[in-house]
Formats: sequence, C-alpha cells, structure tokens
Amino acid sequence: MKFKQAVLNKLVPFLFTVVIFIFPLVDRNPYHIDVMVSAGIFVLLALGLNVIVGNAGILNLGYAAFFAVGAYTYALVNLHWHIPFWIGLWISALTGTIFGMLLAFPALRLGGDYLAIVTLGAGEIVRIALNNLDTITGGPNGLLGIDHPSLLIPKYQFGVKSEPYYFLVLFLILGFIFVLRRLESSRLGLAWNALREDELAASCMGINTAWAKLSAFAVGGFIAGVAGCVFAGKQGTISPDSFDFVVSVMVLAMVVLGGLGSIRGVILGALILSLLPEFLRRFEIYRMFLFGLAMILMMLFRPQGILGEVHHREEFKKRNKSR
Amino acid sequence: MSAGDIFFQQLINGLTIGMIYALIALGYTMVYGVARLINFAHGEVFMVGAYLGLLFFLFASDLISGAGKLFFFVPIVFIFAMLGTSAIGFIIERFAYRPLREAPRLAPLITAIGISFLLQNLIMFIFGPTDKHFPHLMVVRKFSLGTVTLTNLQIFIALVAVILMVVLHIFIRNTRTGKAMRALADDLQAARLMGINVDRLISIAFIIGSALAGAGGVMFGMYYGTINFHDGYLAGLKAFTAAVLGGIGNIPGAMIGGLLIGILEALGAGYWSSEWKNVFAFFVLILILLFRPSGLLGSRIVKKV
Repeated sequence: MKFKQAVLNKLVPFLFTVVIFIFPLVDRNPYHIDVMVSAGIFVLLALGLNVIVGNAGILNLGYAAFFAVGAYTYALVNLHWHIPFWIGLWISALTGTIFGMLLAFPALRLGGDYLAIVTLGAGEIVRIALNNLDTITGGPNGLLGIDHPSLLIPKYQFGVKSEPYYFLVLFLILGFIFVLRRLESSRLGLAWNALREDELAASCMGINTAWAKLSAFAVGGFIAGVAGCVFAGKQGTISPDSFDFVVSVMVLAMVVLGGLGSIRGVILGALILSLLPEFLRRFEIYRMFLFGLAMILMMLFRPQGILGEVHHREEFKKRNKSR
Repeated sequence: MSAGDIFFQQLINGLTIGMIYALIALGYTMVYGVARLINFAHGEVFMVGAYLGLLFFLFASDLISGAGKLFFFVPIVFIFAMLGTSAIGFIIERFAYRPLREAPRLAPLITAIGISFLLQNLIMFIFGPTDKHFPHLMVVRKFSLGTVTLTNLQIFIALVAVILMVVLHIFIRNTRTGKAMRALADDLQAARLMGINVDRLISIAFIIGSALAGAGGVMFGMYYGTINFHDGYLAGLKAFTAAVLGGIGNIPGAMIGGLLIGILEALGAGYWSSEWKNVFAFFVLILILLFRPSGLLGSRIVKKV
C-alpha cells in the first residue's frame, strides 16, 4: 500500500513532466505546441488563483484583471522605453503584486460573496478602462508591435516560433511549483489555511489575518503579472478581449475542477479545460455546448474536484448548512 | 438641454432599465435566501426569456396583422415567456444544483457556468449569432413633460414590473409558502427543524425567480428592440450587483438595488459617457460595500465563536 502511494505521489508527476518535456521534440506540429503554450499560460494563472481561492479561501471573480495588468505593463514599458522582455517580466510581476495588494484592501473589511462581487467589479472596471483609455491602451484595438523575447548569449530570437515559448512557460511553471510548495508548508501558507478554515479562530490564535489576505493577493498578483507578460511577449499584440470576465471564470473553473488547494489538481484542471475545446473542435458549432455539458458532468461526478483534498469537502459541507 | 433636464431625463430612463434589473435581481436574491447559492446562470435565463418572447411572436405573427392588434397579445407573450423560463429554472435546479447540495460551496458555481454555456449556445444554434430584431408589440408614443420625454412603453414596463413586485410581495408576506421562505432566509437550520421542506422551497424560489427574469427578458426586448444571445451576461452581472447592493437574500433590497443600479448607470451615461457607465455603477457598488459591508438593507451578520 505504501509502495503504491509512493508510486502515485512521485513517479506519476515525474513521468508526466518527462512527457511534457519531450512533447515538442516528438510532435513537431507548431499548432499543437502553440495550443500547449496557451494551456501553459492558463496553468500559470490557475496556480496563482489557487493561492487566493484554494489556499486562502477568498473567492476572486476578477482574476483576469491581474493578468491584464501584467500584460499591459510589459506592453507599455516595452513600447515606450524599449525595455526588454526579461526586465519587463520583473516589472510586470511587480505591478501585478501591487495591483493585487490594492484589491486586497476591500478584502480586509469584507467577506464571502460580497468580496467576490468587489473583485468582479474591479475586474470589469479594469476591462472597461482598457477599452476606453484610447490614448494609453489603444482602446478596443489594443497595443501592437510588442517585442518578442530574445536572448543575448547565445544570440537567439524567440520571434513567432512556438517551441521557445513552450520551454519558457514550462520552466516558469516548474519554478512556481517549487516556490508554491515551499510557501504552502511555510508559516505563511499555514496562516492562509487557518484563514480559509475559520477567520475568527485564526485571528484569535494570533495570526495577522490582514497580512495573510494581503500576501495571498500579492502572490496571486505576482504570478498573474508574470503570466500576463509572457502572454504579451508571445502574442506581440494584446487587446482587452483577452481579459474579459470569461477568462476570470475559466481560470476559476480550472481551479475548482482540478481541486481547490491542490497544486497537481489545479494543473490538471487547467490542462483539461484549455485542451478540451481543441479536442471538441471536430464537433464545430456544438463545441462550446459540449464543453458546458462536460463541465456540469465532471462537477456532478466529482464535486470536490479531480484531485481535491477531503478537508475542503468537510469544511464547505458544514458551511452550506449552518449560518 | 440643461444639466437639470439631463438629470430628470436620465432618471426616467434609469428607472425603466432599473425596473428590469430589479426583476432579475429578485431571482438572485430569492435563490440566495433559501439556498445560500449564487445562481450564475440566472442572466442566461433572462436572455432565454427574451428569446421565448420572440419565438412566440414568430408563431403568432401569422394569426395577426397590424401593430395595434399586437398589443392584445402582450399578456400572452409575457405568460408564455414566464412559463418557459420557470420550467428552465426548475430543470436547472433539479439537475445542476440539487445533486450538489452537500458539495463544496464552489461546485455549483462551475455547473452554473456550464449551464450558461449550454443555454447561450442553444440559443445561438436556434436563432443564430447575430442581433435579432424584437417586434414592436405596441405603438410607441412620446409624452413631453416640460423638456423631458416619457414614452408609453416606459410607463408600461414600470407598471408591469411594479405589479409583479407587488404580487411577489403579497405572496411572500401572506402565504404559507412565503412565510416558509422568510423562515429559511432567516435561519436555515431552525426552519428545517420546524418541518419546512427545503427542497420544495428551493424549487419554488427557482421557479418564481426564473419567471420574473423571463418577464424582464421580454421587457428588455421591447425596450431596446434588438436581442442577442450575449445579452444575458451583462444584464445578469448588473442584476447580481444590484442584489448584492441591496443586501443579498433581502427581497426589498433587490428591488431598491436594481432601481439604484439603473439610475446610477443612466446618470453616468448622461453626465459622463455611455462607455463609462458600467464603471460608474461598479465603482459606486464598491464604495457602498466598503462602508456597509452587507449591502444597503442586508442584516449585519454577527459572528459567533
């Protein structure tokens, strides 16, 4: 039994990583790799949102705005000051973090569904602002001519190829998994869990809940900022359409479907939901219809998410009944 | 127009659209009151209501001719759309929410998103992705009150909405079912112990809420003249905002919240620009929530250890 557990916990993720690494070397279809890159960006977003929703237990319905802040930051600093991608990555991460912390301030006073609607409202405000601040953001047309990343030594242009972005996103994901796993078992990660389970009890135990909330939003904002920068660098053009409410909802769906608070589950959820429409492509106009149906069925059969942890189920079960 | 005229004109326009938001918001708030659940598919139910109105007209247009006579069909259009949406609401609850009653709190959110995709795409298959012209069910007449104008359509919408809300109010206040609903909203556990059939009441809340959204959909079509399968999303979002603004779970709160959101966005559009009107509504919402964290009429939840 113990052996079986070890196999499941170590071997399966390891083999999965190996397969992901050799995938672009085996399948040379650029379209497939491109799809995997977008899926990878969604994995990044899902990992970031999981910190806020899964670990700290704060429902965030405006995560696309965090993503947008990262993407527009790199686009603007690149277009105005020709700042290269690798520095832009850090600036995007920084603005993402700051935006996250700003949005966390209402979180200090509000809770539950009211907080969710504030994040939703903030997301809509950002999207509308991007659409209408024509002189800065280019309005609905967005920004064009953003530099793709390039390496100095060895001299290499990322350009419009897919493979370099594939490995860039892959390394970022692995890096964030490493950091997030450490964070989860750190003092801060435990504070997040305490916050999620019972805010009042957590504060009674001496946990600074304000700081826990702020830091969860900050980490979520950091990751979304990075993801946004990669997205802008890969696309070369961005427009507000890429950051509407549907994106927030899809990322949330990935987190919930995969299993709140489980890094592996969240990655799996993000991959399933971003690749499923591609597999359904042959059904053409019925695609989104089937996609909706699949979401319902998956949730009915596994309400706690594919790899969801049991304690989440217990916790939410009680909350539903009482109050 | 002077600034004062703009104010009164936008107040009238805002009240009209606010009536529609209020009707949708009632569905959100009633469901939340009995099931502690945000029905994110509710905006799509509203949109389907508008299309059901259109569908009925397409069938009925062979029987009748002339816009004047059409007016007699208005009540039937409303009843048809309301019956249709309440059936949809019942089915959604039965198959997408009831099995998840004991599941994690966010699980029904995902099925709601799935239902939204289903309904949007269903309407898109049947009616196509382009804007659909919604027939003029009545001859629109304008009345001038000084410098502001008011149409008979606006009066009609306000009148029907008020009648529906009064009927709902009487139902909630005076019937046994209404009383049970209030009991559930007050204290779920105690109400259950008193022998209230929770499942049945949740179904009823979905049916009534969806019927109101269906009526709102027909009004929306009549008011704007065109409908699109995407319309449910933004209207649903604003109505949800309205429900939270008034204090979610609170029925008079949803009515006031809907009217407020309608007026706010109309004033924002009048004084500022129509592109920014949604920002205005959301901005005010965030401000109000910061100072009154449980909405305008929401009861303060005292946390107990």
